[in-house]
Amino acid sequence: MTTLPPPSAVKLGLVIDLDTCVGCHACVVACKGWNTQSDLGAPLSDQDPFGAAPTGTFLNRVHSYEVTPEKGPTQQVHFPKSCLHCEDAPCVTVCPTGASYKRAADGIVLVNEDACIGCGLCAWACPYGAREMDAAAGVMKKCTLCVDRIYNEALPEVDRTPACVRTCPAGARHFGDLGDPDSAVSQLVAERGGFDLMPELGMKPVNKYLPPRPRDVDQIDVLAPLLAPVGSDGKGLIAWLDRTLSKLPGARD
Amino acid sequence: MHPAPSVIAFTTFSGLGFGLLFWLGLGQPAPTGWVAFAFFALAYTMAVGGLLASTFHLGHPERAHLALTQWRTSWLSREGIAAIATLLLGGLFALLRMWSQSGPALGWLVSLGCLATVFTTAMIYTQMRTVPRWRHWTTPALFLTLSLAGGALLANRSTAALVLLALAAVLQLVAWITGDKQFAQSGTTLATATGLGEIGRVRAFMPPHTGSNYLLKEFAYAVGRRHALQLRVIGLILAFGVPIPLLAAGLTHMTALIAVLAHIAGVLCLRWLFFAQAEHVMGLYYGKR
Ligand code: SF4
Ligand code: SF4
Ligand code: SF4
Repeated sequence: MTTLPPPSAVKLGLVIDLDTCVGCHACVVACKGWNTQSDLGAPLSDQDPFGAAPTGTFLNRVHSYEVTPEKGPTQQVHFPKSCLHCEDAPCVTVCPTGASYKRAADGIVLVNEDACIGCGLCAWACPYGAREMDAAAGVMKKCTLCVDRIYNEALPEVDRTPACVRTCPAGARHFGDLGDPDSAVSQLVAERGGFDLMPELGMKPVNKYLPPRPRDVDQIDVLAPLLAPVGSDGKGLIAWLDRTLSKLPGARD
Repeated sequence: MHPAPSVIAFTTFSGLGFGLLFWLGLGQPAPTGWVAFAFFALAYTMAVGGLLASTFHLGHPERAHLALTQWRTSWLSREGIAAIATLLLGGLFALLRMWSQSGPALGWLVSLGCLATVFTTAMIYTQMRTVPRWRHWTTPALFLTLSLAGGALLANRSTAALVLLALAAVLQLVAWITGDKQFAQSGTTLATATGLGEIGRVRAFMPPHTGSNYLLKEFAYAVGRRHALQLRVIGLILAFGVPIPLLAAGLTHMTALIAVLAHIAGVLCLRWLFFAQAEHVMGLYYGKR
């Protein structure tokens, strides 16, 4: 049913820390790997993977942006993006077949591939580019929030989290219930000023992004003070060595 | 947006077919016998042909019947239902018309169904919050006027065709003038897309992948946009500039054929622009429009 359920109490989603993400793409690979072997749906196919113009289906992609503040040096921000499991999900309501749906219990947005006709309309409706049509299977693919991991009792408890979160070496991805104000993820969002992407469109995404922490404005390199010349009138062994070596032929000032 | 030939053909020809069926439903003209058969056959060829063309771009056309189930929320589903209901009622009406002038009320219902079908098609595009250019009242207004104008031309309703073609030309100009500003007015930028605007000026530095992908092909289609102005002029001339003076001068069989063919070619051109010039907000993430 493509009618959206009333807002669920539990809102599972991701919190992505743009301050810590190093742009390694490990989450992209982990996602592709898990969702290609998963029983949940068709594998994420590639076309011409070793040829001149490879393309393929990915549910998570990492962009990189350059941000130039008024004052201070330019920053580079790595920006992972996958389905944000929007509360007012337009991708669900446009679907003519009922293949796209939002779960009433935890708010996860999924596609029932057996009912998908591959019309692509849900991808048109998503502003974030979070849905991709699989060229081999002819059905719409999107992030499932690893619904086949997070509730999976066959997995060790530490693995009952989305593949991208489990793999992130920088700890830049957090998974939890954003409907519960006391959850660790909600606390993190409150503390760090987490925000919505394209809030003006009113999709009410559940996933939140944490802004990069403010950088020092007048100091290009935090290590610069430590690298400053330590003075030439020092005492002790190093200073003696320095003076002695400086006297040798070929020494520079 | 990627201008898929199947979708352009579908919206153009089913628009014309339902437009013609609209006038036949009103009894304008109201032929019987083989003339009626020929008129209805033309309307059905275009409407059904268009609908079939639209299934070509589906990944799983064999499941297309499921698309009739979600009419509560989906304009695509509503369109499917409206189209099928109108075609069934129209078929019954056509059978009656083969023998006599009976069933005017059924005809009106068919005409209403035609309006509903074209309107629901237009709403599929108008509803998209992601494509500011489409999200405007001119989208359904233009789809409906073009369909009725083309239908009037095919139904040989010269006065109606003249008025509707002129109206469609004006609406098209309004749609372009307002449409060219709508993306900027929507307020969605790379700054709001990334939420990094607070810090400073944001520039797309590195895309997530070196090759292309579904998103770029489907939503960041920019090929041919630089010829948009020329195509707009060509579209206007063919869709309206050729048929309007011919209609004003009074149609002969030959000029009627020219007017119809020019109009169809013009509408195909305008539809191509409707898609090719529509910018999806997703493109911002790639530093594109
Ligand atoms: S991010 Fe896109 S695909 Fe995911 S719920 Fe929101 S609109 Fe739908
Ligand atoms: S592509 Fe599939 S899931 Fe998306 S709107 Fe069409 S039928 Fe629904
Ligand atoms: S794995 Fe973590 S650090 Fe690497 S790109 Fe993904 S979110 Fe960023």
